[in-house]
Formats: sequence, structure tokens, C-alpha cells
Amino acid sequence: MYQEIPLQYFLIISTLMFFIGIYGFLTRRNLITMLMSTELILNSININFVAFNHYLYPDQLQGHFFSIFIIAIAAAEASLAIAIIINIYRRINNINVEEVDEMKY
Amino acid sequence: MIDYTYTILIPLIPLLMFIFLGLTGHKFKAPTQGILGTLGLLVSTLLSYYTAYQYFFNSIKVDGAYQKIIGFHTLWLKFTDTLYIDLGVILDPISVMMLIVITTVSLMVHLYSIGYMKGDKGFSHFFAFLSLFSFSMLGLVIATNIFQMYIFWELVGVSSYLLIGFYYEKQSAVAAAKKAFIVTRFADLGFLIGILILSFNTGTFDFQLLTNPHGAAILKGGSIAFMGLSTMTWAMILIFMGGAGKSAMFPLHIWLPDAMEGPTPVSALIHAATMVVAGVYLVARLFPIFAISAPSGLEVVAWVGGFTSLFAAVIACTQIDIKRVLAFSTMSQIGYMMLALGVSGYGGEHGLGYMASMFHLFTHAFFKALLFLGAGAIIHAVHSNNMTDMGGLRKHLPITHITFLVACLAIAGIPPFSGFFSKDEILVAAFESNKVLFLIEYLVAGLTAFYMFRLYYNIFWGKQTVYHTTPHEAPATMTLPLIFLAIASATTGFIPFSKFVTSDGLPFETITEWGIAIPSVLIALVGITIATILYYKPTGIPSKMTHALGGFYKSAYHKFYFDELYQFVTHKIIFRYISTPIAWFDRHIIDATMNGIANVTNRISYSIKGLQSGQLQKYAYVFVSGVVVLAIIFIYLLKY
Repeated sequence: MYQEIPLQYFLIISTLMFFIGIYGFLTRRNLITMLMSTELILNSININFVAFNHYLYPDQLQGHFFSIFIIAIAAAEASLAIAIIINIYRRINNINVEEVDEMKY
Repeated sequence: MIDYTYTILIPLIPLLMFIFLGLTGHKFKAPTQGILGTLGLLVSTLLSYYTAYQYFFNSIKVDGAYQKIIGFHTLWLKFTDTLYIDLGVILDPISVMMLIVITTVSLMVHLYSIGYMKGDKGFSHFFAFLSLFSFSMLGLVIATNIFQMYIFWELVGVSSYLLIGFYYEKQSAVAAAKKAFIVTRFADLGFLIGILILSFNTGTFDFQLLTNPHGAAILKGGSIAFMGLSTMTWAMILIFMGGAGKSAMFPLHIWLPDAMEGPTPVSALIHAATMVVAGVYLVARLFPIFAISAPSGLEVVAWVGGFTSLFAAVIACTQIDIKRVLAFSTMSQIGYMMLALGVSGYGGEHGLGYMASMFHLFTHAFFKALLFLGAGAIIHAVHSNNMTDMGGLRKHLPITHITFLVACLAIAGIPPFSGFFSKDEILVAAFESNKVLFLIEYLVAGLTAFYMFRLYYNIFWGKQTVYHTTPHEAPATMTLPLIFLAIASATTGFIPFSKFVTSDGLPFETITEWGIAIPSVLIALVGITIATILYYKPTGIPSKMTHALGGFYKSAYHKFYFDELYQFVTHKIIFRYISTPIAWFDRHIIDATMNGIANVTNRISYSIKGLQSGQLQKYAYVFVSGVVVLAIIFIYLLKY
């Protein structure tokens, strides 16, 4: 007889991942690292969706589907972001986010 | 029933010509655009003649009277069952007559301009503007609706502006164009207010409803409104103000002499034969209302016309610029037409003045266009507008000489030329209703003969002027219109006009009243004789007379200082005491408020623009902090 992992554990993990992502996004200067941070944020959300779906409405699948959608969108977003980063690199030979400030006043 | 739908083509062809020449004119070689414009107008002219033939000889008359026929019509704006704006073609005796006048004169002017404007760099857009003018004028006379008339009325004003200012590199031409536009625009303000009062009172814009003598509209005279005159009378006086502006009636006449800055064919077309009679046409179009429900308005028309004819004739005797003499004579003759309308009654033989006015309009269009085109040929040969630079030209310009003489005899009212017949009818009409005006017109007839022959002798006889280059006769494109118009001036008097154009459509018989005609011819002959004595050979008499008349001559020469008076009123009074304070208020109050708001915004934005740093992470930081703050507010303060 095994005991199910309580919901709170999932939530703790996802909260941690979420704030690690936020922290990384705000502090890292490398665009690639910032992209990775956003992936962390997205995946923490996925965990939430799946966990809630499983514990609250075990007979339904909306939460699962939602996380699949998010994964697909995250993939698209990553490819787009990397394309942008490559272009930025070609332009200024650098991917430091502080150098990318042409869109200011 | 004859189908008149094709009449819509009469104005549309010049419109298409305007668009075509305006857009592609510069791609052709010089005379091609002129020929195209002329051919387009030739089609319109032939259609007008065909329409006139069909209308006067083949259409169905009711009780012997010509009916108003709507040839084409499309509803544009509908407010109520009677109050609507439509665009269409109305055919009645006066509009059909005007179609003939406009297309014929315009065709002659087009043909003439091919020669006259040769080598001018604006050749192609000159013809485009001429077409635009022809379109607007034709649209004006076929208007079924007072609002359609107003639209074309303004279009005519615009094309007149464009053509007066055609030599736009000349300062005086630009000033004259602006003056003409502003003065007529000012008059049109009265016209517009008049239209609004009239339509408010009668509930319709439509000419057929408005001018039906037994209709409901015409009987709504309105109560006594202001200064003892009824609402309807005021409406008609205001509408007449618009007509007076376009027709250069005193005191809105000041633009016409200056308008002579335009090319001479334009003066012939617009400022002699067609546009300036638009005011007469307007009064004639609304004549039943004038005659039945606003007789005091008609009295105003008569006196303004009578006074203008005398006033302009006196000035014409003193002018030196030949085109200005003709301009004042145009004013004088239009004064005649207005006077004839003013003294006329409505219906049958009471409408003699109405018929005489239209008749004079018809004959005047030909001989005045001829005079202007002749003057153009002379200017073309001598390269000067002043009669002091001319003299003895009869040998050099034989065709111009003969045609000019025909026109002078016609305008002086010598039988059998056309002016005699129409002027005689006007004098009879004036005699029957108002003796004072009748005497004024006798005097004007003498003055007309005098100044026309003063002009004629000074140009073709008088002193033998030595010219730098020998003047030569104009090319055939210019002399052909002269000959055609001379024939028209000599013969149109024999048309039994009262059989066709009358106030209510009923034809009646007119006979020449010899009791009035003979004195008028004698007066004209006296005028001619005096001119012959003074100017046939160079004599000292004119300068002696100038000295004897002194102040009067000088004030007449300066057009009785009306330009100066207007200048004084506008510059010293309106500009200084009204416009300057308004300008100050505009600059210092309204503009300052707006500038203040803009300045404050600008300052604030400048101080906070540092927030827009371009640093992505800064934005994200602000965003996250905001979310955290909101979360704290919602959770701990609002306790959701």
C-alpha cells in the first residue's frame, strides 16, 4: 500500500521553480539564460495544471490538455526567441541584455 | 412625349473634357488640346440646338403655354416629401435659351482661344478651365432645384477665379482673382441665407413647386417680419443679393473691372456673356415668387438695375483701358436687364419686361462677346490695353474693324441691329410702369452710344499712331468667331422672342412702339454724333471738357472712389476694430491655452522619460513588483 504524494508537495516544487525562474529572468544578463528562466516559469505552471487536474477532478483531462498546449507554445516561443537572439548577436556581437537598449526614449 | 434624357450630356461632355484635358493635357502638342476642347463643346452646342428645336417646335403645349419639362433627374437628399435636393435637367423657355447662349458663345470663345492663346505655356490647362466653366454654367442654368443652382453657382465662381488669375505670375491678376472671389462669396452668403429663409418658409427647394403661380409654396408670403417687409420679401432680397454679386450690380460691382486682368477670351465668355448674367437668370428663374409674393423685392431689383446702368455708363465714358470700358458697359447693360425684370409684371403681356430682359440678355451675349473678342484681336495686334496707344487701326485690322462697328451699332441700339429691338422692349416695359426709371434709361441709351463710339473712334480712327511693328490681322481661328458673332449680332433682333420666352410660357405678340423707339434712336444718334465730333479726328475738345468738368470727371475716372471706400471700410474699420482684436484673442487666448497644455505635457514627459530606458529587465522588475504589490493589496488589505 503506497501513499499518494500530497498536493502540497507539487505546489511547493512549482512555486520554487516559478520564483527561481523570476529570479533568473531578473538577474541574469545573458539572453539565453533569460530564455531558460522563462521555460522554468512555464514548466512550473504545467506542474500546477497537471497536479490540480489530478487531485481535484481526476475524471477529467482539461488540465493535461492545457499543459500540452503550453508545451507546444513554449517550443514555438523558444524557437522564435532563439531566432531573435541570433539576429541580435549578428548585429552587435553580443547577447548581453543590457546592450540591447535601442528601443528607449 | 419626347425623351429628353440626352440633355444630361450637354453639361457632362465639358466635364469629361475638363477631367481629360486636366489630367492628360500636357501630353499633347500645343493646338491639339484646344481642338479637342472645341470639338467637345461643338457636340454640346449641337445637342443644345437640337434640344431647343425639339422644345420650341415639337413639345406639347398646355393651353398654348410652354411647360417646364424635367429631362433628367436623380434624387440626392430627401428630407420630406417636398423638401429634397435633387440633381437634374429642367427645360423651360429660359433654360433652353440660356443653353443656346452659353454653348454658342463658349464655342466661339474656344475657337478664338486656339489662336489667341497660341504659344502660352498654360495652353492646356486654359482649355481645361474653359471646359470646367462651361460645365458649371450649363449645370447652373439647367438646375431643377435651388440648391443645385447654388452648388453650380459656387463652381462658376471657382472657375471664374481660376481664369481671372490665369496669369498667376502677375501680381495684379492674383489680386483681381482674389477680389472677384471674395466679393462674390460675400454676396453668396446673402444668397445662402435667402435660400434657407425661402425654403424654411415654403418647405421646398424645387423650382417647379416654388414657381408654380397657383401652388401652395408661393402663397406663403409670411407675416410682416422686419422693417415692414414680409419674410418672403426678405428672402427674395437676400437671394437677389447673391445675384447682384455675380452680376456686378451696385454696390457689389467692384470686382468686375478688375476681373479684366484675365485673358481676353475669358472676359468675353465669363465677364460679358454668361456668368455675369447668372444673377439676371436667377431673378428670372424665381420671377413668379418675386412678382406674386414679393413685389417690394422686385422694386429693389428695378432700382438697383436702373442705378447701376447709369452709374456704370458714366464711368465708362472716362476710362482709357478698352477692356475696362467694355466691363463698365457690361455692368450698364446688365443693369438694363435687371431693371426690365424689376418693372415687369407676371403673366401674358404684363410680362413684357421679363421677356424684354431675356431678349436683351440673348442679344447682349452676342454683341458683347463680339466686342470683347474684337478687343482681344486689337490687344493681340497692338500689345496694349490703352486706347491712347491706338488709333487709325482700321487699315491694319479690316475684319476686326467691321465686326467691331457692327457690335457698337448693336449696343447703341441702332436699327436693324439686335440691340435696338431688345432695348426698345425694355424701354416700353419701363415706360408702362415707372417714368423715372424710363427717363434714366433714355439717358443711359445716349451715354452708351457715346462711350461705345468714343471707344470705336479712338481705336480705329483718331490720331495716326506709329507702331513699332505693323499691326496685322489675327489668324482665321480668331476672325471666324468674330464674323459669326457679327452676323448673330446683326440678325438676332429679328427673332420673334415673345413667341418663345415669356414669364408664364404663353406666347404673345409684340410690336415695335415707334413712339418710344424713334426718340431712343435719336438719342443714340446724338451720342454717336458727339463722339464723332470729339474723336473722329484728334481735337483739343476732349481735354478742354475734362478740365471744365474737373472734379466730376476725376471722380468718374476713379470709379467714384468705390474701391477706395471699400478699402477704407475693410482696412481701417473692419480690419482694425474687428479683425485685429479677434486675431489678438486667437493668438493670445486660444492659442496660448493650447500651447500651455502642450507645454505642460511636454515638461512632464521630459522629466519621466528616463523610465523608458530600453532595459528589458528593468521593465520586468517593475512589472513583477507591481504584481507583488497588487497581490499584497488584494490578499491582505481587501481580504478576498
